[in-house]
Amino acid sequence: MEEKNFICTACPMGCKLIVRMEGDEVVKILGHRCRKGETYGRQEAIAPQRMVASTVRIANGIHPLLPVYTKGSIPKRKIFEVLEKIRAIEVPAPVKAEDVIIANVIGTGVDVIASRDMPEK
Amino acid sequence: MIIKKQYDVVVIGAGPGGLAAAIEAKKGGADDVLVIERDVELGGILLQCIHNGFGLQTFKEDLPGPEYAQRYINEAKSLGISFLMDTMVMDVTSQRKLYLSSRDFGYVEVDAHAIVLAMGCRERTRAQVRLPGYRPNGVFTAGTAQRWVNVEGYMPGEKFVILGSGDIGMIMARRLTFEGAHVERVLEIQSYLSGLSRNYVQCLEDWGIPLQLNHTIKKIIGKNRVEAIESVAVDEKWNFIPGTEEIIPCDTLLLSVGLIPENELSKKAGVALDPVTGGPFVDEHFQTNVPGIFAAGNVVHVYDLVDWVSLAGVEAGRSAAEFALAEKERSARYIPLVPGKNVRYIVPHKLDKKALEKGDISLQMRVTKPIEEDVWLEVHGEKNSIVRRSERYVRPGEMVTIVLKPRMAAEVEKAGRLTVDIYPKSEA
Ligand code: SF4
Repeated sequence: MEEKNFICTACPMGCKLIVRMEGDEVVKILGHRCRKGETYGRQEAIAPQRMVASTVRIANGIHPLLPVYTKGSIPKRKIFEVLEKIRAIEVPAPVKAEDVIIANVIGTGVDVIASRDMPEK
Repeated sequence: MIIKKQYDVVVIGAGPGGLAAAIEAKKGGADDVLVIERDVELGGILLQCIHNGFGLQTFKEDLPGPEYAQRYINEAKSLGISFLMDTMVMDVTSQRKLYLSSRDFGYVEVDAHAIVLAMGCRERTRAQVRLPGYRPNGVFTAGTAQRWVNVEGYMPGEKFVILGSGDIGMIMARRLTFEGAHVERVLEIQSYLSGLSRNYVQCLEDWGIPLQLNHTIKKIIGKNRVEAIESVAVDEKWNFIPGTEEIIPCDTLLLSVGLIPENELSKKAGVALDPVTGGPFVDEHFQTNVPGIFAAGNVVHVYDLVDWVSLAGVEAGRSAAEFALAEKERSARYIPLVPGKNVRYIVPHKLDKKALEKGDISLQMRVTKPIEEDVWLEVHGEKNSIVRRSERYVRPGEMVTIVLKPRMAAEVEKAGRLTVDIYPKSEA
């Protein structure tokens, strides 16, 4: 049996998780203070996921950049691929918070959406 | 927008603490709520905190900073709160008078029945941690770098060392990595992390950025631009341990070495500060030692979570509204005494309408110019005359008195203000 140690990042409590593995199977999770921690521990042991936040260029906005984020978490190993996509585009102002900027980014099933309203200059 | 002379609640700062306070004050019955913000847009520092992790408590969602702010901005706007943007508060008095300098309105004075201080905090700088070495370009606070990278679109460098394991520093380590920069090292003088563990995991560990505890900077190397830093291990008393020095080449040094509540204005208003937190001493309603002046958020002490800042804003805003309404009622009982024709001043300056029911009130005054003939001394409201008596003459050197009697209470009650005129009978 293998033991993996994680710090849960699902909330700011930062619980110390112990995940017991039998091969690729999670057999026991210890140390979590809530259900979200259990989900996190399982996921982290098998296929880590993260939300990603960055900026895209915006034309004619009151700022040159529009902050964006992934509406849900995506596989950790795909983060740089998603960042590449985000870096490659430019959108026109105005934009509203939660407007979809890139739908289903690189086939993850997750949308990249705007983090704020960005009025025109 | 027309700026009023008098507001129920004035909130200084439109970050999360200020916005929550303004919203709650308005909901709590304060009609005229004004938010003063020095930036050109609402939201405060949240606008540059583009990472997620905000709002887990408040909204049960994992939101980025700007989105968290946006929700409060939208609510505040929908409630009919007034905003004065691009405006600095230059002075505040303990009498709750504010002196402003505004881009659009110039110099402005406003009075408030209650004030909420929500100026937030600012970063410790190089000067406050005494870093030896030259003063080259390339040394920035983490928050400054955050503003450039996330809002203005500039990269401050390519190869970074970060001093301090505060949250903003760790978050910037990840952000810079995302933008293609290389973060060589995070150094922390203490034996433990100063930010949240989750940020260590997501921002440093995920990207293989080494954190060295019990380490600090011995010297900054480079004359015009940072070329390297010399790091060193420290003992438990923070003394350098000889022989542990290491030269780390880099072009930029970010400082994430703590935040200090911003209370320059509070001091001007006579607000007493706790030397430990750097923020005002407050009661359970976040009222400071100055009645009617409340404080909310990082201006009081530095929070780890914005959700708690918002909660503090709610309490301060609710209490400020309560104070303002009581104050308004109290001040509505008073009517001002206004010097009219040939009157230089009157004492008292105002009077409580109800006070006449209890007995005589004598008004003492001096005239502006002598009148050496029979005069009338007359007290009147806007429309009604209240009392008139005569004198043989009046002179500035000799004080004049007029007495208001309980039987005049009904007439006084009707008046919004009382004016005293002194004039020759021949002109009557
Ligand atoms: S286990 Fe639950 S309480 Fe603990 S850090 Fe994770 S989400 Fe938070």
